[in-house]
Amino acid sequence: MSDLSPQLDRADSRVRHDEGIAGALRALIDRVKSGDLGMLPVIIGLIVISVVFSTLNPVFLAPNNLVNLLFDAAAIGLISLGVVCVLLLGEIDLSIGSMSGLASALIGVLWVNSGVPVALAVIGAVLAGALVGLLYGFLRNRFEMPSFVATLSGLLALLGLQLYLLGSTGSINLPYTSGLVKFGQILIMPAWLSYLAAVLPGALMVFFGLKTMARRRAANLSSSGRSVLFAKAGLLTAGLLFCVYYLNLGRGVPWMFGVFTLFVIALDYALRRTKWGRSMFAVGGNAEAARRSGISVQKIRLSAFALCSSLAALGGVFAASRLASASQQAGTGDVNLNAIAAAVIGGTSLFGGRGSAWSALLGIIVIQAISNGLTLLNLSSSLRYMITGAVLAIAVIVDSLARRSRARHGRA
Amino acid sequence: MNKGDLILKLRGVSKQFGAVTALQDIELDVHAGEVVALVGDNGAGKSTLIKVLAGVHQPTAGSIEWCGQPVTLDSPGTALELGIATVFQDLALCENLDVVSNLFLGHEIDPWALDEVQMEVRAWTLLQELAARIPSVREPIASLSGGQRQTVAIARSLLLDPKIIMLDEPTAALGVAQTAEVLNLIERVRDRGHGVILISHNMEDVRAVADRIVVLRLGQNNGVFTAETSHQELVAAITGAAENSVSKRMARKQEEANA
Repeated sequence: MSDLSPQLDRADSRVRHDEGIAGALRALIDRVKSGDLGMLPVIIGLIVISVVFSTLNPVFLAPNNLVNLLFDAAAIGLISLGVVCVLLLGEIDLSIGSMSGLASALIGVLWVNSGVPVALAVIGAVLAGALVGLLYGFLRNRFEMPSFVATLSGLLALLGLQLYLLGSTGSINLPYTSGLVKFGQILIMPAWLSYLAAVLPGALMVFFGLKTMARRRAANLSSSGRSVLFAKAGLLTAGLLFCVYYLNLGRGVPWMFGVFTLFVIALDYALRRTKWGRSMFAVGGNAEAARRSGISVQKIRLSAFALCSSLAALGGVFAASRLASASQQAGTGDVNLNAIAAAVIGGTSLFGGRGSAWSALLGIIVIQAISNGLTLLNLSSSLRYMITGAVLAIAVIVDSLARRSRARHGRA
Repeated sequence: MNKGDLILKLRGVSKQFGAVTALQDIELDVHAGEVVALVGDNGAGKSTLIKVLAGVHQPTAGSIEWCGQPVTLDSPGTALELGIATVFQDLALCENLDVVSNLFLGHEIDPWALDEVQMEVRAWTLLQELAARIPSVREPIASLSGGQRQTVAIARSLLLDPKIIMLDEPTAALGVAQTAEVLNLIERVRDRGHGVILISHNMEDVRAVADRIVVLRLGQNNGVFTAETSHQELVAAITGAAENSVSKRMARKQEEANA
């Protein structure tokens, strides 16, 4: 390549090209102004929550309380991860709570009552979730049944099945000495592993960033510059190291949360870097256009619903291991709304076509922080429900306003 | 496939939408290396015919032959695989995705680890071949103007090197230079041996590039003409009468000029 000819994507003089760290900051501010909020609501939310709750009760920010918070976040986080998939298509699944409850009941019945090996019981529960999801997808594809209605009826039907399975006893206790319960209550990553996990993302970011940069330069395309890459990776590593250090002042990083994070990373890769993920965004943005491009919209829908219900089932297994029981209350109450609210707060749009896997992780930390803080204040569940409801409403309003602003600024 | 070979042959194709007959007994031949213009008034069935060929609608009756073999176009995917690419009037782009994603939608390079660099390079190369004026291929389609979107849609249809490319009103939203570019492009595509089906209301564009002009009227064939056919004859075939609003208006102008 020659330095004289303009790079392929730099030939048009009408486009401002943001170079270096200052340019990256300017581009970021422009994006936020036009309604592309990204992680901003989460960061603001977390700061407000931390300030409010730690003034009301200093225990809130204590390392061990945050460790507990992460233990609690993993189960609903997984459910929320599935919700991201259906929200990306502009669909919804209201039965995730019931599905998670049914999965925990299945674990109790299969493993504790019938003596099926625990691994098989978990696989069975997740498969049950996949089947339910495929059914929703089928109803949506074959009968054009709005997912809102299909999953609302599923909510009741699955809850019924859960109560039927648990029978008259009402709840099944899982053995405390079992690996599954330990996983949900005490298993902590070794300190060295958690530090390694904190450094790895930044290192990988630099490695792949430099590789992409070299390829782009070879292909005569512009690249964002090393300074930005190093700054981003540095900030990320510093932030993660601080979090891990702080958590290790207490018990450390729960394995449960680590596994949840692995699922988030896997889904993030699938959504951003595979054809399936691209098709998900396309169907959510304009299903007819996707269909005319040769994408099988029906298969994409099936996959999204199946994935959502499977993750909800796995979340139910996590919840059962956290509580060491499969009860009639599992998956009821605010589980549904918390999971959906987490995805929306994290930045996944209810209108389809926008979002990311990380929104489930970020959103659930916000939701769990609120719930944890309210519990520390000894507030009754009546108040907790009201406050969580209000938070969901605010999240949806922010989403709608951001969408309107994006439309005004000519961004989808 | 040699120039002049019959690629697509439609016989007796009909399409009903409930009580409405959108197409009736349509015949259409498309050969390699020719531009067939499809003209007709609003509601003549042009877009329905395009959608049947693109696999979006299924015909109620009739046969479609592709290179001598009878085929069923039951989905857009089938049509694309055969080599029928379509630029729809509503463009069918995903506004939330950027230009590169839209160009490669459904045909991404490396399905398990998308090759963004290669896709971006091919996107720029393709757009430069079309002399397109797209400022950035990493902006969402929502931020592009109508003409730019049209260009992206045309570029997308060429990506798979189709045998037939169908353009539904490709120049309606374009500026003077872009219209000329698209017409050049149509000629270039024809010279490469592809068949082109062009729908347009603009008789000037049609006569500039079309080898044959197929007129539809009220969902039926109403004659096949060539570029040498006079404007009046074409209008008469489109409207179904020699005495129509266009001819009356011209006669009136003529009288005024004479007076």
